[in-house]
Amino acid sequence: MSLSPINQRRVQQFKANKRGYWSAVIFAILFMLSMFAEFIANDKPFVVMYNGEIHLPVFNGYPETAFGGEFQTEADYRDPFVAEKIAEKGWMLWPLIRYHHRTVAWDLPSPAPTGPDSQHILGTDDQARDVAARLIYGFRISVLFGFTLVVVSSVIGVLAGLVQGFYGGWLDLTMQRFIEIWGGLPQLYILIILASVVEPNFWWLLGLLLLFSWTGLVGVVRAETLRARNLDFVRAARALGVSNRKIMVRHVLPNAMVATITFLPFILAGSVTTLTALDFIGFGLPPGSASLGEMLQQGKNNLQAPWLGFTGFLSIAILLTLLVFAGEAVRDAFDPRKTIPGAA
Amino acid sequence: MATGDPFLRIDDLGVRFGGADDPHAKEAVKGVSLTLAKGETLALVGESGSGKSVTALSILQLLPYPLASHPTGSIQFDGEEMIGASKQTLMKVRGARVGMIFQEPMTSLNPLHTVAKQIGESLVVHRGLSKSAARARALELLKLVALKDPEQRLDSYPHQLSGGQRQRVMIAMALANEPDLLIADEPTTALDVTIQAQILELLRDLQQKLGMAVLLITHDLGIVRKTADRVAVMTDGAIVEQGPVAQVFDDPTHAYTQMLLAAEPKGDPVAADTSADEILAADDLKVWFPIKRGLLKRTIGHVKAVDGVTVKLRAGQTVGVVGESGSGKTTLGLALLRLQSSEGAIRFDGKDIRSASWADMRPLRREMQIVFQDPYGSLSPRMTIGEIIAEGLNTHGIREGAEVDQRVASALEEVGLEPIMSRRYPHEFSGGQRQRIAIARAIVLEPRFLVLDEPTSALDMSVQAQIVDLLRDLQHRHNLAYMFISHDLKVVKALAHDLIVLKDGKVVEQGPAKAIFEAPQEEYTQALLAAAFDMKAVETDAVSD
Repeated sequence: MSLSPINQRRVQQFKANKRGYWSAVIFAILFMLSMFAEFIANDKPFVVMYNGEIHLPVFNGYPETAFGGEFQTEADYRDPFVAEKIAEKGWMLWPLIRYHHRTVAWDLPSPAPTGPDSQHILGTDDQARDVAARLIYGFRISVLFGFTLVVVSSVIGVLAGLVQGFYGGWLDLTMQRFIEIWGGLPQLYILIILASVVEPNFWWLLGLLLLFSWTGLVGVVRAETLRARNLDFVRAARALGVSNRKIMVRHVLPNAMVATITFLPFILAGSVTTLTALDFIGFGLPPGSASLGEMLQQGKNNLQAPWLGFTGFLSIAILLTLLVFAGEAVRDAFDPRKTIPGAA
Repeated sequence: MATGDPFLRIDDLGVRFGGADDPHAKEAVKGVSLTLAKGETLALVGESGSGKSVTALSILQLLPYPLASHPTGSIQFDGEEMIGASKQTLMKVRGARVGMIFQEPMTSLNPLHTVAKQIGESLVVHRGLSKSAARARALELLKLVALKDPEQRLDSYPHQLSGGQRQRVMIAMALANEPDLLIADEPTTALDVTIQAQILELLRDLQQKLGMAVLLITHDLGIVRKTADRVAVMTDGAIVEQGPVAQVFDDPTHAYTQMLLAAEPKGDPVAADTSADEILAADDLKVWFPIKRGLLKRTIGHVKAVDGVTVKLRAGQTVGVVGESGSGKTTLGLALLRLQSSEGAIRFDGKDIRSASWADMRPLRREMQIVFQDPYGSLSPRMTIGEIIAEGLNTHGIREGAEVDQRVASALEEVGLEPIMSRRYPHEFSGGQRQRIAIARAIVLEPRFLVLDEPTSALDMSVQAQIVDLLRDLQHRHNLAYMFISHDLKVVKALAHDLIVLKDGKVVEQGPAKAIFEAPQEEYTQALLAAAFDMKAVETDAVSD
């Protein structure tokens, strides 16, 4: 793969910010791992070898009868009876954590929540579910949600800001007033009202938050565009006969993007926090979903079980820190004035 | 103290930016030694980045300490050491015994305070004058700097004053406490030539009246010749030559001084054929901006930025457009390129393009190009040189990779740059190189008509001369028609075949450049030429600040 010299330079600058680079690497590893959550924390084995046949319970559901059991329903591999049946004629390969985020551990030594032990490395929550499993799934949904929200709202926000700043005049005036009024609406109450009208799921929440989050970047991009559209190089492009659309995309946008990119990690962190907050007050993802906010709520409700609060707090703190550090490195990478120490 | 004794003595001064063990630390000033006696004017000359302003700022210890430090040297002002002096000592010297004038009159006055308040401020601080006494003194000072209607001006805000008036206010502020030393950092660079001449004359008068020492920092050798007693030439943080003005100018010993003196734009335009093809012509061109007032936004009048200009450009020839700021020079250039809406016929190649739409204009854009004044603003900082130059090619349908690369390379070679530079970003280049890049962007399309909007005025003197040579050379090679817009008559003289003198949007004088330079007919043109070539302020109604 060959990169253009500009991008090589950007990669170099990104790596030069050691703290940000390693944050990005760690974040990428955590994110990749969480994408394979089903293979790390699940109440089903990866592979079951039974009677010389390979079964993949993660992908297909098998009835208990397939393993010599009695019920037509899907096999519960954690049931000692089923495990025994399978062990008779083959073997199973389990993930690291033998619990799904929904799995309720019935065999706890004391009433839930229980503290960390060899079975549950981060303990269990007040519904006897494994905290480590919930953390992995909750991390995944928070990051995915954050990413999607950031991407969609930035695209809308940047386009709106660009058009406003570039064309100016009545269009700009009208949209600015609209955004001011829109921004004056009490977001949280509207979200709560809407969330009580519809049954919130991932996409509903995304749409609802998007209603308000897109305005965040408009001001920045608009200001940068207003400044850029009268710069000499934009006038030079006009003199060359370049069309408005191309001027916007090629000359104005890249100059507005630095400010945008500087804001992105904060917006991403903000999106994660918003979802966490909604989950925390119980207007977020449907009950039972794993999420960082729900974990914090558990921590708050069970102060006698500090492992819940600590896990929730530390995971959110670490996630946000990594994102902000990585964002700083991205910003450096896009700054043409930044010189790389030792590689001028 | 008798006149002639060194009153300011700088010995072996060094200025360093960055910490002691910072590998990127920069030695801005190295081993500078200067003396200045009372009643004397010393000019500190050098190009941008030579350390002349930093030297001046260190006299008053105004550098951003502790980022800046003085590894060596001492600065003695009237027998008192300034480096490491206490805050109290410095406060007593700043504004009271040493006054300072800055380059930019637009930003060095506080826009929120009236003139009287700004002048009075240092009087109240240093002399403990009462408000009314300070006001009386401010009025006296405004009279001293020969500001018109001083009584009314006392209550003006900076935005109500012109550039020249603001600079007079700045000087009044600097003189408020009758300083012994006046530091003038490029006091006239941002001003029009006629105003520049007036301000320099004022400084000379004041120096004689008040007997102060003046440290004049400038890049303009013409000013030095006219105003200074002694000159110190700085380059790269060090003084390379120092001595009486006459001696240094007549018999420069250091190669850099010789280069600087030789660098003034010289030469004459290439002789041109007067019967050459007409490329572009405009008749009675007008650009009027409506002034709208009231609830219904009725047009109550017009700002006549360009008012009835008739111009004809022929292949291989240059029309110089001169005038002071606000005279409509740039607007005229933009209107001819149809980048600014206007009234009046514009013919390109005999076709009337006055009402051509943006789309109709597009194919013509490759024939007419523009080079802007500010080489730092005219190149997109986020595109490589190659991308910048290739943009016009892409726009006009030349997209095939090898051909684009080849044409970009040859355009770079034509302006005297290496083709390999096309992969680098604008910030890696100096001002002169950037201006070459901007020219390459314009000529890569092989245009026939170029508007050059003050292409040299943001550049150092020696670089200006190179750019002028380059432009002349390109014109000769490609038979280009130029419209050369400038306030710098020396540069125009070196390039223009025909000349238009603009004032307030109207043509004052128009005709063959040579004839006008030799025998200007109009009073305004005469004043302009006297100011530009002899630094002489002409008392006439045609010129006012």
